Amino acid sequence: MTRYLLALVWAVAGWLPLPAQAADKVKIGFISTLSGPSAALGVDIRDAFLLAVKLNGGKLGGLPAEIVVGDDQFKPDVGRQLAEKNIKLDKVNFLTGFVFSNIMLASVPVAFENKIIYVSPNAAPSPLAGKQCNPYFFAASWPNDAYHEAAGQYATTRGYQSVYMLAPNYQAGKDSLEGFKRFYKGAIAGEVYTQLGQLDYSAELAQVRAAKPEAVYIFLPGGMGVNFIKQFVAAGLSKDVQLITPGFSSDQDIIRAVGDSMLGTFDAAHWALDFDNAANRKFVAEFEKEYKRLPTVYASQGYDTALLIDSAVREVKGRIEDTEAVRKALKAAKFQSVRGSFRFNRNQYPIQNYYLRVVGKDSQGRLVNKTMGTIFKDRGDAYVQECSMK
Amino acid sequence: MSWILIVEQSLNGLQFGLMLFLLAAGLTLVFGIMDMINLAHGSLYMLGAFLAATLVQATGSFAAGVLLAIPATALLGMLLEMSVLRTLYARDHLSQVLATFALILILNEAVRIIWGPDMPLSVPAALSGPVQLLPGMVYPAYRLLIIGVGAAVAGALYLLVARTRIGMLVRAGASNREMALAMGVNIRRLFTLLFGVGAGLCAVAGALLGPLFAVQVGMGENILILAFVVIVIGGIGSIRGALVGSLLVGVVDTIGRAFLPLLFGIFFQPRVASAAGPAIASVLVYLLMAVVLYIKPQGLFPARG
Repeated sequence: MTRYLLALVWAVAGWLPLPAQAADKVKIGFISTLSGPSAALGVDIRDAFLLAVKLNGGKLGGLPAEIVVGDDQFKPDVGRQLAEKNIKLDKVNFLTGFVFSNIMLASVPVAFENKIIYVSPNAAPSPLAGKQCNPYFFAASWPNDAYHEAAGQYATTRGYQSVYMLAPNYQAGKDSLEGFKRFYKGAIAGEVYTQLGQLDYSAELAQVRAAKPEAVYIFLPGGMGVNFIKQFVAAGLSKDVQLITPGFSSDQDIIRAVGDSMLGTFDAAHWALDFDNAANRKFVAEFEKEYKRLPTVYASQGYDTALLIDSAVREVKGRIEDTEAVRKALKAAKFQSVRGSFRFNRNQYPIQNYYLRVVGKDSQGRLVNKTMGTIFKDRGDAYVQECSMK
Repeated sequence: MSWILIVEQSLNGLQFGLMLFLLAAGLTLVFGIMDMINLAHGSLYMLGAFLAATLVQATGSFAAGVLLAIPATALLGMLLEMSVLRTLYARDHLSQVLATFALILILNEAVRIIWGPDMPLSVPAALSGPVQLLPGMVYPAYRLLIIGVGAAVAGALYLLVARTRIGMLVRAGASNREMALAMGVNIRRLFTLLFGVGAGLCAVAGALLGPLFAVQVGMGENILILAFVVIVIGGIGSIRGALVGSLLVGVVDTIGRAFLPLLFGIFFQPRVASAAGPAIASVLVYLLMAVVLYIKPQGLFPARG
């Protein structure tokens, strides 16, 4: 009988609104693509995220941090399973990590249903910025279209008259080319959608050669980009056609794989190695010391994501059970981003600057991206009007 | 549309087709002669690529690494045949499919444990650029090498099957297994040998395609499906059928990817064309298979009379 009484007391207690207490630790589910040809991206985000926690003395916002890392294997169903496991079994307080929009879109509804906040270190697709904007979704990276809009603006400013465009046939691929076209005013020599994960581009490259464009714009993240650029150079196209890419397609991971033929490639991004602010100098130095390689934009996003969560947990003084307060604190974004100025729009997507970069050699002769100038200042995204959140 | 584009796309199709042939040749012989469905054939392709990547790293030479990987993979293939697959010959196809599917999973995980999810393997520097084939037409040197090696291996295989005593036994086994047994052919040894040759061919394909694609766990599965399409089109057990089927699939796939969106663009709105083109192109190969099966249910060159 006492047992039942006790159970009853517990059940009633569960219904009563208790004052939120400071938790004794913060638990984070980190699910990303950590194997396969596109693994480099997820690995960079994870490494930078863990580095930020380590530099923080293993804490986030003053609470000991426990990071549960999972590999989605580049498969949406695996990502969703891991998200369910993280939320129901591991009882995480935050979810983060996904690289690819399609995997994230399949997985985050689990977080939304359970009122778990997802802080995106990368994927930020257009639906979640507009009509389907969600109080539990924060993008600490950049809207899927943003790099492409900036690249399109650059192609227009530069006066290119014909550009050939290539992207994989999935949500982010379509977002990207839409973004490019929004700001590119010249003629489109071709617009091709390939299979996601395609590794052989011989047929597409022959089409590019026949179309004779002035420039090629690609959105091919991870191994797809490595293969495309290698094959682009091997086909001898790099002599006649200017390659323009979004920032991540000519970043350190791609440079490592492709080598000197990357020299002179133009790209657009929200961050570069050479940004001269205290947070960034510390990040680049510590990352290189820890992992013996230079960080990519993905790494910078992973690092910023950890700093953002850190700032929110600190702001609510460890009372992470109070989701509304945590949301407010995240939205305030009181942290020093390695990208410089950063704030959230009302759809919880960033407002920030985008820069033109070019691949060149640094003082030690290494191939790195150098900042050439600002393309957009304080740019949000094109979908925010459709979002009903205040 | 210029003739240069058509020639270049045909070369791309030829290159892809020849690599498919290396996989399909082993598959069709094992299927046709041993009456054994081996889904793990793609895993041998993966093993070949991983071994090549390791040996290229160890020897520091691309050619040496690839040449060493071929006998090594053949040896592994023969070991696999003697230890596991041999017990499956007498079983029905369903058991073979189940067992070899299990082998795929086991080999994938084994590779992940030994090598990790992927290995670096790149095109040798001397072949990483383009070559001028005709005035106004350049083509990647490495892809030319693949076409050359693929054609040479196909030729050698043809001579082996058509002109040697072993080839005669193989053909006899393919057209009528019971009769070949009754004539006193040592089928057991022949099977093991055949399996080794099939594995070696997988290694050639894996090692040559590795630098173009990526050497990674699970790389064999996608290409295995195409290899099955090839042997069904060509006629199970027939080397000639595998060659014709591979080239057909290679060319149809490449041409489809390249020209179908353009073709659709002539007839439809650009929006419809850019959506339907890639979608139809990716099923074109399977449409081809359906048409061939409708007209010739035994495939183009049936091995059994």
